[in-house]
Amino acid sequence: MGILVENLTKKYGTQRAVNNISFEVKTGEIVGFLGPNGAGKTTTMKIITCFMAPTDGDVKVNGLSIHENQNEIKKKIGYLPESNPLYYEMPMLEYLEYAARLHGVPTSKVQERVMAMVRKTGLNAEKHKNIGELSKGYKQRVGLAQAMIHDPEILILDEPTTGLDPNQIVEIRKLIRELGREKTVILSTHILPEVEATSDRILIINDGKIVADGTAATLRKQAQGEEILRVQVTEATNSDEIYNGISKLDSVSMVDPVPETPNTFIINSKDSLSSRKSIFNLCVKNNWVLTEMTPLETKLEDIFRDLTTN
Amino acid sequence: MNEIWIITKRELKSFFDSLSAYILITVFLGLTGFFTWLYGSDIFFIGQATLQPFFSIAYWTLFFFIPALTMKMIAEEKKSGTMELLLTKPVSDFQVILGKFFAVVLLVVVALALSLPYYITIWAIGPIDHAAVWLGYFGMILMSMTFISIGIFASSITNNQIVAFLLSLFIGVFFLIIFNVLASSFTGNMGLFFNYLSLSTHFESISRGVIDSKDLIYFLSITFLGLFLAQQILSKRNIAE
Repeated sequence: MGILVENLTKKYGTQRAVNNISFEVKTGEIVGFLGPNGAGKTTTMKIITCFMAPTDGDVKVNGLSIHENQNEIKKKIGYLPESNPLYYEMPMLEYLEYAARLHGVPTSKVQERVMAMVRKTGLNAEKHKNIGELSKGYKQRVGLAQAMIHDPEILILDEPTTGLDPNQIVEIRKLIRELGREKTVILSTHILPEVEATSDRILIINDGKIVADGTAATLRKQAQGEEILRVQVTEATNSDEIYNGISKLDSVSMVDPVPETPNTFIINSKDSLSSRKSIFNLCVKNNWVLTEMTPLETKLEDIFRDLTTN
Repeated sequence: MNEIWIITKRELKSFFDSLSAYILITVFLGLTGFFTWLYGSDIFFIGQATLQPFFSIAYWTLFFFIPALTMKMIAEEKKSGTMELLLTKPVSDFQVILGKFFAVVLLVVVALALSLPYYITIWAIGPIDHAAVWLGYFGMILMSMTFISIGIFASSITNNQIVAFLLSLFIGVFFLIIFNVLASSFTGNMGLFFNYLSLSTHFESISRGVIDSKDLIYFLSITFLGLFLAQQILSKRNIAE
């Protein structure tokens, strides 16, 4: 169940919400859509789910075009919209039944599917309430349950964890991870650790364009040209001595003392060289006790900020 | 077809769950009953075994009630976002509109069916023209369908229920009164034209006991036009502005 997005454009008036986007999502992948507010994440999702037609371009779900086979595509997709709209006056079980029937689940299987989803999303204790009486977290689960009710091959989740408490967030992420083993999942968020925790692949969108595409690890590697180390040495005579020692190493390009903590340095290596070994050897030679040597990773936040601010 | 029925069932159930169905039926039977049996030109005043007093009151009652039922149908779903969820299920825009339309039609049919005891009572009192009664009911249903489709159309152009309510009353007034007034103030083709547009002309001719294809076409085409326009407006999200 692959999704192929080709040159997708959506204009609202003169504003291009989505600007000539192309990407592919393979079967079984969990893709995280990342981007600042108004970047075009939701619009892209609305187009893939056949809620809106694009101004230009095409989306193919398993080879079927959104321009021709809307009903076929809709049957294969489970969708949780951004604000999680639900009929608040309806009893929860009845609503799930309604969603199941609309999705064409055979009448004999409706009850079975509804109960399976209730168990899977942990709604069992609340099942006799009206949707409006549920807490926000439980409403979110109802939204997820209705998206999965017909066992779709593709799940599209627009900010699935907004408004949940930290425990619920962890649970929902676990659930998404679990689902992603069998299904293709696209989820959007602007919470960075969330994409890392759930997704195989990250797509960063800004101003209607894709600005980065890859796993968290490859994105880091791209953003980070050189090795950065944080090193602390104790029992040395003075920090100047250490500073000079390290600076003289061949692989080191820059040494920066950390102001508050004594004898601590941030060390940048030259491109594609590692200084770990030589720093260690230097310490051994001078009888310095090395108490810390931590490689500093570029944070996903920094990558995000780099890519999405002009 | 199945999808339409699923939507119709949910809408009907929400009428009954939210009490609006009970209020409609009670007030409808109360008002029509009051004027049929007790007050004004009631049955005993005119001294004939006829349902005419019932129909003329039901006509106005439905005129006010139907917009109250249809006003939220699309406006509220658009506002709360449930329309997005509904339309990403495997249903078409027109199936959604039809599902909602039939729900209100069925509710009106239920309300009318509950007034059948009036008919039976009058039948027991004196000789009644059965054909006129059944055609009267038939005309009521046709007229309701017209108002329901106008109501759904009004609900589709706005996210505000009150606006939808007032707008469908506004459009309804044209068909009920204004075209009629215009018909009598113009002569010649203009007069005939407005006379044809006036809903009361067609309703009267049916309830007098004559089914003319001209009247049927009138009601059904306005109904279809209303639903079609509602669907067009709903589908407007697809078009780049």
